[in-house]
Amino acid sequence: MMKSIFIIMLSAVFVDNFVLSKFMGICPFLGVSKKLSSSLGMGAAVIFVMVCATAVTYPVYHGILEPNGLEYLNTVAFILIIALFVQLVEIMLKKVMPPLYDSLGVYLPLITTNCAVLGVTLLNIDNGYNFVESLINACFAGVGFALALVLFSGVRSKLEAADIPATFKGIPSTLIAASIVSLSFMAFSGFIN
Amino acid sequence: MSNFKEFTKGLIKENPTLVGLLGMCPTLAVTTQAVNGIGMGLATTFVLVCSNIVISLLKNIIPKTVKLPCYIVIIAGFVTLISFLLHGFIPDLYSALGTFLNLITVNCIILGRAEMFACKNKVIPSMLDGLGMGLGFTLALFLMGSIREIMGSASWMGIKLSFIHPTSVFVMSAGGFFVLGIIIALVNKIAGKKPPKKIGCAGCPNAANCASVRKDEE
Repeated sequence: MMKSIFIIMLSAVFVDNFVLSKFMGICPFLGVSKKLSSSLGMGAAVIFVMVCATAVTYPVYHGILEPNGLEYLNTVAFILIIALFVQLVEIMLKKVMPPLYDSLGVYLPLITTNCAVLGVTLLNIDNGYNFVESLINACFAGVGFALALVLFSGVRSKLEAADIPATFKGIPSTLIAASIVSLSFMAFSGFIN
Repeated sequence: MSNFKEFTKGLIKENPTLVGLLGMCPTLAVTTQAVNGIGMGLATTFVLVCSNIVISLLKNIIPKTVKLPCYIVIIAGFVTLISFLLHGFIPDLYSALGTFLNLITVNCIILGRAEMFACKNKVIPSMLDGLGMGLGFTLALFLMGSIREIMGSASWMGIKLSFIHPTSVFVMSAGGFFVLGIIIALVNKIAGKKPPKKIGCAGCPNAANCASVRKDEE
């Protein structure tokens, strides 16, 4: 049990990193990774929403959809839950914890359409994880996402100062830098066997 | 005539992936083979055309305050439909696309067209707009898939190309980022215009929030 949880943790952060090897959540990865502070904010918001979304979608799938033979409705149900949930969290944070809202608030609405969140809830079901494993996978997939964003914000601050040919300025150079960061993450692929 | 324009603009001039820089996740993830690129592109086109038609029919009924959840549910419905169809008729493609088939739901091209076009226009132009954008997306995916398959596994659409030495990094994730970066640089060069400084998420329903985040960064 402990061993399998440890493997899930390591593979979610390094080997199957959501951004760099599964290509989920590329939009926020490219859009919100210019500065360390916003990378951390977005990362924290994603970890939070991923864990909570998994905590809600898992019981819904195994408690409501599966017993009634409605497994095929998982995409519709999950995306609705995530959209609703994000809205709820935003309203609650605003009322209950204004300081936290100030730091995470702007990132929350961006998360509804972040495919990493829908992706992690669907993958937890596909991989047949139990409830605890699902939560751990969601949490560490979020950590992996945050790690990629934070690392990449460092790379981008160097790119800002570099003299890049006009054609490659902006997105092309960012994508090529991402390719090199992803290359370095490939070194982890022999980690777990 | 103007309807025809709605169709053609998405193919090259306003290509959603290469010019609009939308829908990056599937563009990178499923293009290890040209065939998968076409399959993903056509599946997305189907969802895009259907959701554009339905949203433009319902544009006066959907209340403004809850339009995002409404759009997402409509789109997710069609995604479920296409995944059933693929599961039944093309099981190979279904397993190759995996989770990304379900993730069509959150593809920003579809939400973007719903927000930018379908909710303001009549049914026929919306349908053609969806068709054009979808085929433009397919074209970009096919291009990416072809380059990665030829360079990475020395084959194309299942035909072996023995004169090329395969360089497997192209089918790995790093190669995906690299090829897309080069293609967008080429598009910038050919189009001869200034490269977009920011990601073109103008069509995304969250553009306003995203912009406020970026303002903080600057």
